[in-house]
Amino acid sequence: MLLVVEQFLNGLQFGLLLFLLAAGLTLVFGIMDLVNLAHGSLYMMGAYFAATFVAWTSNFLLGAMLALGATLLLGIVLEFTTLRHLYGRDHLDHVLATFGLILFFNEAVRLIWGPAGLALPLPAWLTVPVAILPGIYYPAYRLAIIVVALAVALLLYLGVMRTRVGMLIRAGASNREMIGALGINIKLLYTLVFGLGAALAGLAGLMQAPILTVQIGMGENILILAFVIIVIGGIGSIRGAFLAAIFVGIIDTMGRAFLPNLLRQMLSSAAASTAAPALSSMLIYLVMAIVLVVRPEGLFPANRR
Amino acid sequence: MKDKLNARNLVSALLVAGLLLLPLYSQASGNVFVLTLFTRIVILALAAASLNLIMGYGGMMSFGHAAYLGIGGYAVGILAQEGFGSGFLQFPVALAASAIYALVIGALSLRTRGVYFIMITLAFAQMAYYVASGLARYGGDDGLTVYKRSDFGGLINLSNRTQFYYLCLACLLGVVFLIWRIVNSRFGMVVQGLRSNEQRMQAIGFPAKRYKLMCFVISGTLCGLAGALLANNTDFVSPAVMYWTRSGDLMVMVILGGMGVLFGPVVGAVAYLLLEELLSQVTEYWALIMGPLLLLVVLFARGGIMGLLGRLNRG
Amino acid sequence: MADPLLRVENLVRRFGGIVATDHVSLDVAQGELHAIIGPNGAGKTTLISQLTGHLTPDSGSIYLGGRDISHLAAYRRSALGLARSFQITSLLLDFTVADNVALAAQAHAGHSFSFWRNARKESGLRMAAQAALERVGLAHRAGVLVSRLSHGEQRELELAVALATKPQLLLLDEPMAGLGVTESARMVKLLQELRKEVTIVLVEHDMNAVFALADRISVLVYGRVIASDVPSAIRQNEDVKRAYLGDQHVVTAHG
Repeated sequence: MLLVVEQFLNGLQFGLLLFLLAAGLTLVFGIMDLVNLAHGSLYMMGAYFAATFVAWTSNFLLGAMLALGATLLLGIVLEFTTLRHLYGRDHLDHVLATFGLILFFNEAVRLIWGPAGLALPLPAWLTVPVAILPGIYYPAYRLAIIVVALAVALLLYLGVMRTRVGMLIRAGASNREMIGALGINIKLLYTLVFGLGAALAGLAGLMQAPILTVQIGMGENILILAFVIIVIGGIGSIRGAFLAAIFVGIIDTMGRAFLPNLLRQMLSSAAASTAAPALSSMLIYLVMAIVLVVRPEGLFPANRR
Repeated sequence: MKDKLNARNLVSALLVAGLLLLPLYSQASGNVFVLTLFTRIVILALAAASLNLIMGYGGMMSFGHAAYLGIGGYAVGILAQEGFGSGFLQFPVALAASAIYALVIGALSLRTRGVYFIMITLAFAQMAYYVASGLARYGGDDGLTVYKRSDFGGLINLSNRTQFYYLCLACLLGVVFLIWRIVNSRFGMVVQGLRSNEQRMQAIGFPAKRYKLMCFVISGTLCGLAGALLANNTDFVSPAVMYWTRSGDLMVMVILGGMGVLFGPVVGAVAYLLLEELLSQVTEYWALIMGPLLLLVVLFARGGIMGLLGRLNRG
Repeated sequence: MADPLLRVENLVRRFGGIVATDHVSLDVAQGELHAIIGPNGAGKTTLISQLTGHLTPDSGSIYLGGRDISHLAAYRRSALGLARSFQITSLLLDFTVADNVALAAQAHAGHSFSFWRNARKESGLRMAAQAALERVGLAHRAGVLVSRLSHGEQRELELAVALATKPQLLLLDEPMAGLGVTESARMVKLLQELRKEVTIVLVEHDMNAVFALADRISVLVYGRVIASDVPSAIRQNEDVKRAYLGDQHVVTAHG
């Protein structure tokens, strides 16, 4: 029981991080029609920035804030120098160009920080376990991730649903020509949206950094998970990304934790230990396949409100 | 197409001639490395050519083509480990396994289009990567050493460097020829029509999905051949051959050479891999140059190398 | 009257809250040229798209030669002899004129899972294409890329592509759209020839053309058929006059 609660929370926490990543990706795609593979690189940069700034300032929160700002700035510079030249181009061009950016970022990181990974140690006050239920303890830091990510998700929801900029974003996701007709400064809007997406990716990266090692290529696997989420949730839909991200996070985490035991009860232990690792890593892709068969447009497509 | 003597055809012909004569140069100069390098280039060119069939002619942007390299490779590796050394068994199994995977993935992925298709093919290839990593019996993450190359009896000796190179080159040229026939056949016309305007093709009576799926399966099967050759070339197969950056590399080769041009992927593979080789001799951080270079190709050299040559010809 | 070639019964299609096709019923007799007119936004293209299978109706049925085709895919309907031209020209722009038509012929000449023989050298397909091109007067442009054709030529090619599928029933979605006066006149002459051989459903804004060509006319307003009759009766119909005047369209000269 204890383990189930803990793994469920781990899954929720992972899912929320995935949401931060997928939200940026789906916003940028929905509004600028841009496929950005380098989104995972921004996640990685967020983590590296955090590791560096925390070491410099010896203050976790300050370092994290600086890292967030740095990723935002990096995103804006990236949009300004390269990505805006790709708007209106073929999706294939986006894939190729941003693939080039990934190569660049990975190599730049190797040049600056070296090939070995970095560690981002947590301050003492974040390492204590917190009692979430009588007798059930959960690491404070993971709990903090859940709270922060939920708050960001709520802000994002309110921002998109209630503000003028949000209205433009929604208009853009469903009708690209309309924003132009409204006489909005599209270039500025696009830069802002891209910066926002970058900051979200950076936030996910820097929050994940203390849990995993900060290393080259860390953004790539998680980027593919974000794709899976977008496929399941429906393109351009923030709500879909949110629900699908939590779903995927929980399925993936719980699958890895409990599937081996479950299989061991059904199969011989030799067969189970062979099949379990493969099957648990396949799980979310199988979910994606099922969604594709049942609802090829995703579970919560943007244009169906 | 009436004008046979144009820059494109000239470059293609020179390239084929160069590839055919390469072992002679290698022997004369004693440069063994160049033959090893080009064996790899030829195999990846074969993979890129298979990708060009769906991407360039069929308009299906698959970002998961490296999966077939792995499936073909693992078919050889696993059979070898289990004591089935015959190439007459290994190669057909490699092709069949790739075809079956392509059939399943294609049937699922083709329910969607555009960016979705890119993401889904990518995700499924990643799944194949994880599955291979989970194969503890066959090396898991560390991969599987192929101790003995595929045995084709007295027909051909794959351990002989020159013979193996010529086998790979023959496979490449054979596949390019096959693709040429396919592209100009009824089937190829339909597939290209679907790339151009799917709605129109359905209106005049073509069941779109069936043709696209068939094309997807042919392409995957051909890439499985490249996988089987690659495992023999490196005497090793690991999940890394299916990693998604490898799929990206294949896409880059196709686009760099020229999508939808018969010899485009061959030109692209040679250019990309030679460039990688040259840059890595200049600096350890070669990708720092390669990345922005790709960006420039996208921004300024549409249609890739063959596209540039085509424009050259028109003056 | 014998069974109609095309029968539409109570067809309904909604988009969100809008009823684009509102219980439409329609009969088109064998050999007839049946025009469908109506103000902009009356749901004409939506109706055509349901007939060809590009849209699925929410309810109602479509029969072709007595057979229920309401749920058949577009390509199956094409195989049964239903051909369409698109309102906005929809051709294979990077193909030659001849290849466009040959593909249409190929769709109805055996299967296309043939991987080896050069399709451009199949004389059967080429001759069929050539014949269709001659019918519309485009034979001299056979080797040209479609993207190089003038707008008028592209409209004629649309027709040739539809003809090459050897249709029983031709659905033409505004074939005169965007044509100049002389081009329109040529198209009318062409349709006058074609109607002798094939049943035609014609959606058109050009009223001169419609009244010159049609055996019967159905008037669609807000997704509903308000009248279906011979041209002279439609001209006199008060509902039709009102509908058109209400939308500031005039039934007489146009374009």
